[in-house]
Amino acid sequence: MGILEVKDVNKRFGGLKALSEVNLSVVENTVHAIIGPNGAGKSTLLNCLVGKLIPDTGSVMFDGQSVLGRKPFEINQMGISRVFQTPEIFGDLTVMENMMIPLFAKRDGVFRLHAIESVESERALRERAEQMLEDVNMLDKRHMHSASMSRGDKRRLEMAMCLVQEPRLLLLDEPTAGMARADTNNTIDLLKQIKASRDITMCIIEHDMHVVFSLADRITVLAQGTPLVEDVPEKIKGHPKVQEAYLGEHA
Amino acid sequence: MFGLGKKDLTLFLIVAVMALFAPFILNPFPTDSGMAQFNAGYPDLMQRFVIFGILAIGFNILFGLTGYLSFGHAAFLGVGSYAAVWMFKLLSMNVIPAILLSMIVSGLFAVVIGYVSLRRSGIYFSILTLAFAQMSYNLAYSVLTPITNGETGLQITLDDPRILGVSATADGGIPVTNLFGLEMRSFETLNIGPWAFQFSVGYYVAAIIMLISFYVAIRIFRSPFGMMLRAIKSNQNRLYYTGLNARPYTLAAFVISGMYAGLAGGLLACMDPLAGAERMQWTASGEVVLMTILGGAGTLIGPVLGAGFIKYFENIFSKINDQVVHAWVSFLPDGLENFVVAIIHPFVGKGWHLTLGLMFMLIVIFLPGGLVEGGQRISRRLRRKPAEDDAKSASTEPAE
Repeated sequence: MGILEVKDVNKRFGGLKALSEVNLSVVENTVHAIIGPNGAGKSTLLNCLVGKLIPDTGSVMFDGQSVLGRKPFEINQMGISRVFQTPEIFGDLTVMENMMIPLFAKRDGVFRLHAIESVESERALRERAEQMLEDVNMLDKRHMHSASMSRGDKRRLEMAMCLVQEPRLLLLDEPTAGMARADTNNTIDLLKQIKASRDITMCIIEHDMHVVFSLADRITVLAQGTPLVEDVPEKIKGHPKVQEAYLGEHA
Repeated sequence: MFGLGKKDLTLFLIVAVMALFAPFILNPFPTDSGMAQFNAGYPDLMQRFVIFGILAIGFNILFGLTGYLSFGHAAFLGVGSYAAVWMFKLLSMNVIPAILLSMIVSGLFAVVIGYVSLRRSGIYFSILTLAFAQMSYNLAYSVLTPITNGETGLQITLDDPRILGVSATADGGIPVTNLFGLEMRSFETLNIGPWAFQFSVGYYVAAIIMLISFYVAIRIFRSPFGMMLRAIKSNQNRLYYTGLNARPYTLAAFVISGMYAGLAGGLLACMDPLAGAERMQWTASGEVVLMTILGGAGTLIGPVLGAGFIKYFENIFSKINDQVVHAWVSFLPDGLENFVVAIIHPFVGKGWHLTLGLMFMLIVIFLPGGLVEGGQRISRRLRRKPAEDDAKSASTEPAE
C-alpha cells in the first residue's frame, strides 16, 4: 500500500465534473508524476490532497490517516509539504527568516506564543536552516530580502522551506512553469539531488515532458478528470491512449 | 544587554534619555520670551505625549506587524479608563491596581472583539472593529449609564467606598491619585535663570511605564512571535501550508495591542481620574492610526514620534491665534499685514486640523515610511552614500 492512497474521488464545480472516479496510489520513496492536458483536473486533485478543496465523494488517505476535513495547516503538520505554481514565499522577510518560520512550525506545532524569546537565541534551528540553504546553494543570499530575488531563487527558497520541515510527501505544482531552459535544468538537478540525499516521496504535477521523463518513477496520465493510464515512463511514452489525449497535441 | 541587539539597545537608550530629560528638552525657550508658548514641557502635555506613545506602540504591534488595520482601538482606551476609575472608586486611589485592572479588562474585551473581527481581514476587519468601537461608545452613553455615568462621565466622589483607602481626606476633600503616597499631580519646579523646568510625579510614572512598554515591544518585534506576525502580513497562504494557523497569532497580537491601549487609558485616568465616553469616539480611533502612519508603521520608534507630533500640534499649534500671527508679521505695512494674517488664519489656531491634514498628506505621499523614513533619508544623505543605493533601498521598503 502506498503512502498516499486516493480512492474513487469525485469533485464537481456546478455542472462541470472536474474529477471523476480518480484512483491513485503513490508508493513511498518514489517520484510520482501526474500529467495531463489543460483542464484535466491536475490542480483540482492536488488541492484535494492538501485540504484546500474537499472531494464530493471518495477518500484520501495519507499514511493510513484520512486527510479529508482537515485544514491545510493540519495536513502540513501530518507531513505533507506543498510547492506552488508561482513561488509562495514571505516576500517582506529575509531568506533566513523565511527558513526559520517552517522550522518553528515543525518544532512548536500550529501555535505557540513565544513573544519574549529572541530569534537569535535559536541556535540549533539556525544551523539547520543554514545547512538547508547550503544544500540548495543559497547560503550567500541568506540576508537578502526575499522579494527582490529572481524567480528561480524564489523557487529554490520555497523548496528549501518545504524540505527543511523534513516532510514525508512533497507535492510540487508545476515546479518549472515559466522558467527558462537553463533554470528548468537546474531545478531538475536540484530535485534529483534532493531525492538522492533523503527518504522522501514526491508527487509532481507537470506540463513539461522533459521534466517528467527525467524525474518520474511512475506517471499517471489524467484526462478530463479521469486517470487514463498509470505506468513507468518508458511505457507511457509510447502508449497510444496518451499519444491521443496529450502528447499528440504537442509532439 | 537586556536581551537586546546593539542597534535596539541604542534606540532604547535614546528613547530612555529623551523620556527622562523631556522636561528640559521640551522647554527650550525662557519663560519670559515670546517663544515660550511653544514650550511643551508642562506636565499635562508631557503625560499625554508618553501615554499616547504607549497607545501607538501597542497599535503598531497589531497594524505594523500583521497589517490588520483596527479602526476601533479607542474602545480599549475608554474601557481602560473606566476600569481604572472604578478601581479608584471601589478600592483605593493607588494607581497600581487601577492600571492592572484596566489592562485585564481591556484584554478580555479584546479577546471578544478580536475573536469575532479576526474572522475577516482587510477592510472588513477594519469595519468590524469600527462597528464594535461605535457600539461601545453609544452603549456607554445610553444603556450602560449605571457603569459609565453616561454623558457626565465617570468621576470619583466623596461617597465612594474605597475599601483600602479613604472616602474623603481629613479636610473633607476628594483624595488624589497616588503611587504609595506619591501624588500624581505634585510637581517640583526648577528655576535656572529665565527657564522654569517642571518635574511632575505623574509624568515620570507614565514615562517609566512607557519605557517598559517600549522595551516589551522591541522584544516582541525581535521574537519568533513577531516574525510570525510579519509573515502573516507578508503571505498568509504560505503560512497555512507551512503548518501554522494565522488566527491564534493575530488574536494574540490583537489582545496584546488592546492591553497596551487599556494601559494607556488607565494611565489617562490616573493622571486625571475622569472617564468619558468621548474617549471611545471614532475620531480617537482614527487619531491612533494617524499617529502610527505619520511616524512610520512597522518601525519601533515611529509610533512614539507620531504620537508626540500629533499631540504637539493639538496642544501647541492650536494656541497660535490671530494676535500672535499679527505680532509676527507686524513689520509689514498695514494692508499687507492684514492680508498675510488672513492667509495664515485658516491654518493656525482652531484650524490646526487643516495643517495637520496637509502634513499628513505630504508625509504619506512623499515619505510612505513616515517620519522614520524621513530621518533615514536625511542620515543617508549626510553620510553621502551613492544615489543609486539610496533609490534601491527606498524601493525595497514596504509602503504602508
